[in-house]
Amino acid sequence: MAAIETEGLVKVYRSRGNEVRALDGVDLEVQEGTILGLLGPNGAGKTTTVRILATLLHADEGRATVAGLDVARDAQAVRKLIGLSGQYAAVDENLTGRENLWMFGRLYRLSSGDARRRADELLGRFGLEDAADRVAKTYSGGMRRRLDLAGALVGRPRLLFLDEPTTGLDPRGRLGMWDVIRDQVREGTTLLLTTQYLEEADALADEIAVVDHGRIIARGTSDQLKAQVGGERIEVVVRNPEDLRRAVATLAPDGGSTCDRHTRRVTVAARGGAQELVEVVRRLGEAEIQVDDVGLRRPTLDDVFLELTGHAAEEAEGDEEDERDEELAA
Amino acid sequence: MSTFAEAVSDGRVVAWRNLKRVPRIPELAIFAILQSIMFVLLFAFVFGGAIPLPGGGSYREYLMPGIYIQTLAFASITTAIGMADDMSKGLIDRFRSLPMARSAVLSGRTTADVVYNALILVVLMLSGLVVGWRVHGTFGDFVLAIVLMLMFTFTMSWIGVLLGLLVKTVEVAQQLGFLVIFPLTFVSNAFVPTESLPSILQPIAEWNPVSALVSATRDLFGNPNPFPSDSWPGEHALLLSFAWTIGLLVVFAPLAVRRYRSIER
Repeated sequence: MAAIETEGLVKVYRSRGNEVRALDGVDLEVQEGTILGLLGPNGAGKTTTVRILATLLHADEGRATVAGLDVARDAQAVRKLIGLSGQYAAVDENLTGRENLWMFGRLYRLSSGDARRRADELLGRFGLEDAADRVAKTYSGGMRRRLDLAGALVGRPRLLFLDEPTTGLDPRGRLGMWDVIRDQVREGTTLLLTTQYLEEADALADEIAVVDHGRIIARGTSDQLKAQVGGERIEVVVRNPEDLRRAVATLAPDGGSTCDRHTRRVTVAARGGAQELVEVVRRLGEAEIQVDDVGLRRPTLDDVFLELTGHAAEEAEGDEEDERDEELAA
Repeated sequence: MSTFAEAVSDGRVVAWRNLKRVPRIPELAIFAILQSIMFVLLFAFVFGGAIPLPGGGSYREYLMPGIYIQTLAFASITTAIGMADDMSKGLIDRFRSLPMARSAVLSGRTTADVVYNALILVVLMLSGLVVGWRVHGTFGDFVLAIVLMLMFTFTMSWIGVLLGLLVKTVEVAQQLGFLVIFPLTFVSNAFVPTESLPSILQPIAEWNPVSALVSATRDLFGNPNPFPSDSWPGEHALLLSFAWTIGLLVVFAPLAVRRYRSIER
């Protein structure tokens, strides 16, 4: 039996005459003890999916079960099995780390003593002992996230939902969070993780489902998804931005390249492998285009996303607006 | 544990959490008290002289029960702000994802409010004694007045909870709170005899729950209470206070619980 199963989930948000179809028929299946990464840009429907599975939101259509229990009908039973840690660290700022965990423990119906022991254990595991008796308000972003995640683990959940656990963390905080998450799954917890970071899904998830506009547009292991996009690529970083246009014309006169102005990077498929790289270097030399970097690389999930949706996963401009839309809609 | 015992236990944990905030953010309580003391000073020393009481009596003794009830009514704005804050910070989502009793988040908040406001009330009564307020009634009446006020703060807290759950931001909770509570406390007999109000406002002021509470507590404390002698609400203030307090609770508590159950942000 799958630990998480959804069938045709639809969720429509209505506000002031506006209709946003946040979920448009989501089918998912997560096997016990595995990590599914739900990957997509802001506003794709990741958070909505998690909220439905965590019994916070009712789907308009479709069915979702967690450990065989229907999330709408057996909500209270589902809550006993799950842990949720969201985008915004949901801890009480005016309580200390220890008090927060004790409170969650009590609300999971642990005895006061058990709740205290469980809090100590988690504080130790998440490196929060030194800050345990400080109010959470004084915590750094990374510490708050760890406390939030610890809160989700108090009840020893069989299933864990992590909604963008590392959004807003610095690189060190992110790596620390990954370690903690990996440890947890090693203990057998089933995990559904949402992320807009491709490398995060790549690093953590056994299987990845790519979401866009409320639909799952692809799923598979990281390698399977990469295989869908085809073989290796050649990447060229030009020194002068004004050379970008000429570089594109030189590398792919017939089109089929992608070009990132910000990083001055041009990418094309390398059907001929290393031999083609030699050819590219020669042509760039002839065209007298100065380069900072030339290389052959395996496709990344960025390429997957571009291939599947026709747009990049992280559109720097639309990003914040999408997020605001999502909040408005919600 | 039975479902009821579980709900009580969860409610106690949430109440504990809400009371922890009092010493952690002392400004909250300090400003609540300072605001009330400001009203005492304003009315006792600035407006008081210009407000004649029909039938005479000490204006300051007349004023203090009004201040108590006003403070308890205003406390519901604090409740609304607290709920809106918990919602916006995602804490309510966390609670809703836990296998805890659904009622506990609200019942814990409102019982904590009763304890918190009882403390505020003690401080205010002591300040009242300083400016010349005295209790002339029996001990039994005094206790009854306290019970009535605590029931009132419980009811107002539920109204605050509902307001806080209905709005999405702390700022709106604050503004909406003032919009509801300000007229409620000022179109009443809390500071001026209702007879001095424009005739169109008089019936509203007389039937206002705040007036009933103020009147009843004045009577119980033995403070001057010049209500129009032929008015039904004036003569049945105690009965009306209990009716209002219980009536509003019976309406607003289930509405708040219903709202909480159907939160879908």
